Amino acid sequence: MHIPDGFLSPSVALPLWGVSAGIGGYALRRVSRELTERETPVIGVVAAGIFAAQMLNFPIAGGTSGHLIGTALATLLFGPWVAILIMTCVLSLQALIFQDGGLIALGANIFNMGILGALVAYAIDQTLRGIWGDRRWARTAAAFLAGWAAVVMGALATGLELALSGLVPANVVLPAMGGIHALIGVVEGLITVSAVTFLRTVRGELMVERPVAGRVPLWVAGLALTLLLTLLAPLASSDPDGLERVAEDLGFIQAARPPAFELLPDYTIPGLSNRSLAVILAGILGALMAFGLVIVLLLGWRSRQRERVSNSKT
Amino acid sequence: MNATHFHFHDPYQPLDSPVHRLDPRVKLILALGFILTATLLPVGAWLSYALLGAAAWMTAHLSGLGIRNVLRRSVLALPFVLAALPVVFTAPGPSWLTLSLGPWQIPVRVEGVIRFLSVLLKSWLSLQIAVILVGTTAFPDLLAAMRAMGVPRFLVMTFGLMWRYLFLLVDEAIRMLRAREARSIAPEVPGHRVGGTLAWRAQVTGRMVGTLFLRTLERGERIYMAMVARGYDGEVRMLPMPPLSGPDRALLAGGLLFLIGILLLGWVSRALFL
Repeated sequence: MHIPDGFLSPSVALPLWGVSAGIGGYALRRVSRELTERETPVIGVVAAGIFAAQMLNFPIAGGTSGHLIGTALATLLFGPWVAILIMTCVLSLQALIFQDGGLIALGANIFNMGILGALVAYAIDQTLRGIWGDRRWARTAAAFLAGWAAVVMGALATGLELALSGLVPANVVLPAMGGIHALIGVVEGLITVSAVTFLRTVRGELMVERPVAGRVPLWVAGLALTLLLTLLAPLASSDPDGLERVAEDLGFIQAARPPAFELLPDYTIPGLSNRSLAVILAGILGALMAFGLVIVLLLGWRSRQRERVSNSKT
Repeated sequence: MNATHFHFHDPYQPLDSPVHRLDPRVKLILALGFILTATLLPVGAWLSYALLGAAAWMTAHLSGLGIRNVLRRSVLALPFVLAALPVVFTAPGPSWLTLSLGPWQIPVRVEGVIRFLSVLLKSWLSLQIAVILVGTTAFPDLLAAMRAMGVPRFLVMTFGLMWRYLFLLVDEAIRMLRAREARSIAPEVPGHRVGGTLAWRAQVTGRMVGTLFLRTLERGERIYMAMVARGYDGEVRMLPMPPLSGPDRALLAGGLLFLIGILLLGWVSRALFL
């Protein structure tokens, strides 16, 4: 997801640099006010630790492997502002030293993976724990979804930026990025859950229980961003340029029929001619979201069962 | 991953060359200017791309890193180009040739090919100059240059700490990976199944992340105590860099003028041809 230089048009890359610098600067001020002087050197070491943790991969299937990005984990451990700062440092160093992501594109990368990821993870964790209460399975499910959503939303934002740069049509890049990262997000979610669970078991005092929705503006911002991206992605995907052109030229546009999904039954965009395409893409996205939810519910159910088993043992 | 130690990946090459001796501030500004120029250039400004490429290759040659070495490192980071491939088929305009893929006729568009090649070249040029920058500048010098350019002190300090402990922690991660490989989850070998279910493998990895994190945190606390023992009071003091020397200033001005010239050339020639 690290965008290299040259891919984003200046009108996308430079404003995002401004946004990231502004939010990063604010995070910096917040963190230096909140943390004691004791904790500031620790942040640098933890940032290096996140960098190192990204090397811990595990085989999935067919020679592919998954690894952690870490934004959600950092958010769950330290709160969103510190997480934004840590990810800013990690991404900057990756861009500067290892050419993982470009330098002019760094603003966009910090925005997608650091700021957006932290806000989304924070909002989802807080919201779900608010709804479900602070039970063990709820914390597990919230951590999984926070990790999953941070990755998927970052990928959707990346796709939107590439589309805005006129490089790839939105209806090609958004389903592709969203689809791949819905799977990558599962890896992120699983690792985040087991890391958080492990840390809570081993060093409970680390996991300071933050009051639910204790930082309302952040919570609202994260939730708004999540909603915005979830709605914007299918809307942008229905952009009538790009894919439809190819589809017309290839002659399979007539073959596209509204699918049988009823996930988003009222999904129509007034005034758009390629409604069927929009519905298909909305369907794909809806299916991916549903897929994520099913996994979360399964996890919650399993950990509740485990709790029941351990309760009956004692 | 066969390497035991990560520090072999430090891109800095301790050589002696005119590029190495250049003030890090000049290098950082010129490298950022170069990448910004590449970003701002219009699509299809071939002459400007060629000039930028010539400048990059000349620097690579002068730096002693060698053109081939720089090219090899800059190619490694390019798989993202695949993301730009669809533009070849979806850009507006007349088609150049048509690929026959079974029953489908896929048009390859002139405009699309131009855009794709432009992105490829811009990205590649930017990578080359970034490779040269970190290959010729030691990280502490880069930090000093960043500080001189107004990057917040806290960020510079954090970069410095990250850099110092990064290799140590990555080594730790590599040791953990080796330990896991020896005990359970070997990477897929043809004919051998990977152990455990996917969820179990993810859980093991998550616990490794947690363990690494704990060790990191404890190390961070020890580092903090060592810093306090040596007089750290929450304030990081850095020596201010001396003012730029005359030749450095001249080179900086010349480089920036060259980049502005290339940018103008790119836009003017586009305006003339269209």
